[in-house]
Amino acid sequence: MEANVLAHQNGDVAEKPRIGVYVCHCGLNIAQTVDCAQVAEAAEQLTDVVISKDIGYACSEPGQQEMKDDIMEFGLDRVVVASCSPRLHEPTFRQMVQSVGINPYLLEMANLREQCSWVHMNAPEAATRKAVDLVQMAVSRIRVLQPLEEETLPLTQKTLVIGGGVAGIQAALDLADNDYDVVLVEKQPTIGGTMAQLDKTFPTMDCSI
Amino acid sequence: MTDVGRHPRITLHTLSEIKDVNGYVGNFDVSILKRARYVDENECTACGDCAEACPVIRPDEFNLGLSSRRAIFSPFPQAVPSAYVLNANECLGHNPVVCGKCLEACDKGCIDFHMSDKEIVEHVGSIVVATGFDVYDPTELDEYAYSRFENVLTSLEFERLINAGGPTGGEVLRPTDRQPARSIGFVQCVGSRSAKKGGNYCSNICCMNTVKSTLMLKEHYPDMDIKVFYIDIRAFGKGFEELYTRSRRSGVHYIRGLPGTVEEDPDKGLSVAVENTATGNLEIHHLDMLVLALGLKPAASTQRLQEMLGLQLNPDGFFLEAHPKLQPVDAATRGIYYAGCAEGPKDIKESVTQASAAAARAIRLMHKGEITTEAITSMVIEEACKCCGKCAEVCPYNAVTVDVKKKIPASVNTAACAGCGTCAAECPFDAIIMNHFTDGQILNQVHTALEESTQEKILVFACNWCSYAGADYAGVSRLQYPPNVRLIRTMCSGRVDEKFIWDGFRAGAPVILVSGCHIGDCHYIDANHWTEKRVKKVHKKMAKMGIRPERLQLEWISAAEGVRFAEVMDGMEKLRQSVTPEEIAETVQLLKE
Repeated sequence: MEANVLAHQNGDVAEKPRIGVYVCHCGLNIAQTVDCAQVAEAAEQLTDVVISKDIGYACSEPGQQEMKDDIMEFGLDRVVVASCSPRLHEPTFRQMVQSVGINPYLLEMANLREQCSWVHMNAPEAATRKAVDLVQMAVSRIRVLQPLEEETLPLTQKTLVIGGGVAGIQAALDLADNDYDVVLVEKQPTIGGTMAQLDKTFPTMDCSI
Repeated sequence: MTDVGRHPRITLHTLSEIKDVNGYVGNFDVSILKRARYVDENECTACGDCAEACPVIRPDEFNLGLSSRRAIFSPFPQAVPSAYVLNANECLGHNPVVCGKCLEACDKGCIDFHMSDKEIVEHVGSIVVATGFDVYDPTELDEYAYSRFENVLTSLEFERLINAGGPTGGEVLRPTDRQPARSIGFVQCVGSRSAKKGGNYCSNICCMNTVKSTLMLKEHYPDMDIKVFYIDIRAFGKGFEELYTRSRRSGVHYIRGLPGTVEEDPDKGLSVAVENTATGNLEIHHLDMLVLALGLKPAASTQRLQEMLGLQLNPDGFFLEAHPKLQPVDAATRGIYYAGCAEGPKDIKESVTQASAAAARAIRLMHKGEITTEAITSMVIEEACKCCGKCAEVCPYNAVTVDVKKKIPASVNTAACAGCGTCAAECPFDAIIMNHFTDGQILNQVHTALEESTQEKILVFACNWCSYAGADYAGVSRLQYPPNVRLIRTMCSGRVDEKFIWDGFRAGAPVILVSGCHIGDCHYIDANHWTEKRVKKVHKKMAKMGIRPERLQLEWISAAEGVRFAEVMDGMEKLRQSVTPEEIAETVQLLKE
């Protein structure tokens, strides 16, 4: 373990990784600005990259299936998906690699949509150069990523609802009716919020309390 | 409402506010300040004898001052809990020699002047933020003369007037003479959709609220002259267009144009001058009463709660959701959800929908009874640790323990560690590894980014929660900025180690930007304070070495500031152009020595 730890602090590659790179078109969202085929070709030349291709929609069912098939066929142990923001689809692709036995932390994304094609629409060549760089950065990073495990901890099955207006009341009741304990905190001496001050409410024109 | 009061699984704390929240998803410790009610909540039967005896008369907040109440009172008949409440600031009886009449009047002895505020601690797994909104204060809009003329009312005051349970029993009487109003005008977008005063956003509910009010008026007073002054009517929801058409058909006049001035006539009626933009004519309308359709603004408590829970806000000041389409109910902080107007102006149906969604999201998190911890945590290499205690000092979660005196090396409590990486950045001996964001992993990215055309590159470090999200938002908004930016994501700006910066400059980077959440908004409590300190330190060192400190920039960019992100990138490009190849070569030489 310790040797491993030091190796990864220094950025050494522990074993010979087998990396797959997938450059997503996202329909035209990326492909209209970035030359995805060129990016995939450039990535193929990188150390430890076993396979690199461009792909229509990486997140779609067929897209995921294609990657899973490759992982099995080529014995990939790390995957770079160059598509949208990891804030959007990182969970999707982590699940995908996990379903074929790869640790989810050996998945890396390059953000070619929100941070490349969409913000450099008038500069396709520069955008493609940037995309190549971003994929190279992702590959250089994934070569030294380490598998990680999540632990489980006990959790308190109780919810704090802050505010006793119509939203707080509804959330509290839905939770409580599902047998979860709720602590409802209201600043005023009574719950009801603004809604309690209304007579009729749209669109039904009935009473609010 | 009554269901909440009697539900065995709901503990209701009224007159209460959140004082502090500690812990993390699955296990939050919440301290609540419960103010004294001075009336025993369980014993009070709401008979009202106390209020009858009370000599203090005050404006009734529930009726917005259109009626009065006593110092001991029930907010409204259906209040939950139904118990009366005593306002200690108004009561004379704190000194029983002075008053104490309610004490005598209460047969059950529920009133206790010596009750004190209590601090309650609750342990919860998830949090729903449903703090609602405040209404816009129209006094600053002088053209509508709300503070000058009594017959100019707010939409909420009007609600109380037309309410059968309100101060006039549902009769729409003019405040000046208590005579029935024969004509009423409604002014739309008061405090909404304005670049100058109030919010620049649409408050979502005011159009339909006015349509509803006109229909109620026509039902009660078919002959009343009703006029609505508007920019455009937004009747976009299910069943809304139908109501709007009904209102028009019932004879309500919709006039496109907002009033320019409001003047009072000798009979206390109002002369409203408006340019009708449909006809181009300047019109003067004489009305008995004017109702201002107030917009919604973020609740006053929003900012304090945002800081306490480490949440983010929209530019409008409402809470920012994790994703506007795919996670519209979740906060970026795991285990915290939004319901209702806290997240943005919305009507009752949408509030209820979002509240049910928030409950479902909370149940989804809690139903297993256990929670997976963050895998991205730090770990200590014991043999490299010199027990200096720096890591424990900087950790915002007190997740690192180290005994400086007894020289017991640091250890990390992975359950408490949230993964900001500040400890790894601050450790002077490289004895801490930040998993998934190790020095080696990040330095690989730095070197790869700067491998080719180095002097054209702008190297950016961005924290996951604010600045990286802000960069994404710039993309979603299709804002264009220079394509030579190379961005490296860390969970927190606190992770950006000095050596990442030095390595960047050594590799020939012309300029480097470190970006994170605004001070006070840090996703990791206050880890970005350490970023700020560190960057200052590096600036000093740069100046000493003869490297222009401006080449290292620090910017705070929030998740909602896509425009700012693009602007900062433009600024960085300008700065980069000021750096000559000679300057870069000199820096590289200096740093290699």
